[in-house]
Amino acid sequence: MTPPDKSGLDAIEEGPVPSAAVGPTVAGAPADPSGHPSVAALFGRFGSAVLHHGVSAGSQHVVHVEPARSLEILGWLRDDPAHRYDLLADVTAVDHGGGRPLEVVYQLWSIPHRRALRVKCLLPLDALEVDSVVGLWNAANWLEREVYDLFGITFRGHPDLRRILMPMDYAEGHPLRKDFPLRGRFSRAEQTRRALAQDLEKFYTPHDIEIGREPQQVTLPVPPASGSQGPGAES
Amino acid sequence: MANKTVEFTVGRNPEMGVDGLPTPSPLEPFDLPEPELTSEHMLVNIGPQHPATHGVLRLVCELDGETVVDVTPHIGYLHSSFEKLGEHRTWNQIVPLTDRMDYLAPLIYNCAYVMSVEKLAGIEVTERCKIVRVILMEMDRIFGHLLWLGTTAIDVGAFTPFLYTFHERERIYKLHERYTGGRITTSATRVGGMMADLPEGWIEELKHFVATFPATLDEVHRLLTGNGILIGRTQGVGAISAEDAVNCGFTGPNLRASGVAYDVRKDNPYYDYDGYDFEVPVGEHGDCYDRYLVRMEEMVQSLAILEQAIARLPGGPINVEDPNVSLPSKTDAMSDMESMIHHFKLITEGLKVAPGDCYFPVEASKGELGMYVVSDGGGKPVRWRVRPPSFVNISVLPKLARGHLVSDLIMINASLDIVLGEIDR
Repeated sequence: MTPPDKSGLDAIEEGPVPSAAVGPTVAGAPADPSGHPSVAALFGRFGSAVLHHGVSAGSQHVVHVEPARSLEILGWLRDDPAHRYDLLADVTAVDHGGGRPLEVVYQLWSIPHRRALRVKCLLPLDALEVDSVVGLWNAANWLEREVYDLFGITFRGHPDLRRILMPMDYAEGHPLRKDFPLRGRFSRAEQTRRALAQDLEKFYTPHDIEIGREPQQVTLPVPPASGSQGPGAES
Repeated sequence: MANKTVEFTVGRNPEMGVDGLPTPSPLEPFDLPEPELTSEHMLVNIGPQHPATHGVLRLVCELDGETVVDVTPHIGYLHSSFEKLGEHRTWNQIVPLTDRMDYLAPLIYNCAYVMSVEKLAGIEVTERCKIVRVILMEMDRIFGHLLWLGTTAIDVGAFTPFLYTFHERERIYKLHERYTGGRITTSATRVGGMMADLPEGWIEELKHFVATFPATLDEVHRLLTGNGILIGRTQGVGAISAEDAVNCGFTGPNLRASGVAYDVRKDNPYYDYDGYDFEVPVGEHGDCYDRYLVRMEEMVQSLAILEQAIARLPGGPINVEDPNVSLPSKTDAMSDMESMIHHFKLITEGLKVAPGDCYFPVEASKGELGMYVVSDGGGKPVRWRVRPPSFVNISVLPKLARGHLVSDLIMINASLDIVLGEIDR
């Protein structure tokens, strides 16, 4: 609850209060791995790298994997013919606030087997890095850029990791983190000042600037001065 | 080189003869040297304010002559941080944010969001509510496809289908307005039910639409499907193989045009979609023309679902009877003590959703729309994430457009059926 000496607007500035619960609340109670064939296979193959398995919302299976081996595990899930999670539906992240680790969430779907699996990696706040899966699924390209933009998680090996929704010169941080106030970190005056002082070149990629910097030199044909050639002169 | 003459018809021409007739003006011929064409690439900016980008999308194109070497889409002009706003709102207050994402088919987004929350909270909605939502979602699938059809036809130079489709869209707008009061910002759903039951006579109006719409669709078919210009502009343009399409995260009509019969309504059915008799149209070549055909056929299939859903629409309550989920009627809230307390608690604190997370995919008009909600047991979500189908689809645009002409880039962009409100969120 808001303390009495604070107005409602102060609460908005501070952002949401982290919940009182401690620990990864959504992990849920450990579930029986035999309920999902891929989970059972994951435990059999990767053993200790699969940290947790739970069932959420009635029937949705969630596995937590070790971030250091996430690429290997996700690659196996994609390629193994018995599982074949060929559609990466979504990559996102969840910040539970209160200094708890950020979750990177992969929603996988297997078109041939009609099966879903949610894979999560927990990243502590001082090591927000995980391997990019763009090499496995092209779909991850923009999705990982968005997670980088809004959460500040770095994806190792991403071909083009830069901001996507926020402006490229956005200096206030990563908006979807719980410590980010709803109205932004800068005052309205500071935001306006920066908006007016911005450099247009920042809205181009380095590659664009490289092409656009040198204006193209095209030698246009110049008609000869009038009178130098009479009408009907041979060309 | 022979002399050339041109006739000036401009009245201000100083060489106008005394009788008011234009005088022939000889052009001096000159030796035209070959221009020194360089092989450097050109950078051309399309958008963000350009009608052919279908929203505030900016495409920075690297061109070699007229051929697209690379495209860099720039998005975010409409970014409103809906997901961050959602973390500060109660579960039901998020519903108005959802229809501002895809304003071309808002009811699908309304429904998808509450379906995800209901799945997480373990709320089973009434049978009438389920079928009403199926009706609304299928109606808006047609609604979204109609806008795509009209604007795509304009992009290839056909103006008439635009008028036809927008006339039909207007009829669905009226149905929206009749039910929800809003034409675009419908906000029709609530967790555990709908904002109200269908008004008197609404189903009859919808039946009239279902009965008369196929005639318009046939007319557009006749105008476009065999049209030489459309075929020339779309066949073989922006093609993508089935394997690449899946790898790139394509969903919806774009994926099915490549030959992958993945439809959430069939493969991961919700709301008894497996009990409806409908086909999933699948393309063959994955090019712009197949995407066109798939969407045209999807409208026909949606009509079939609408007919079946209207036929099986039962009576009974539309909201769940649980006082912890649904608001009591205004009369009860004003006269009954217990109802008033429930009303007060629901409005001030919001309903409580069990801790956990839930990803609920729905087949939207653009592709797989996934609503991912995370709850810690409180009245507000910890995280509300929308898996935006257009966002993933448009990210493939550079891959599709490379090597094509600039005019094909416009066609490919149109064929992907994007909506910027949902890409930027």
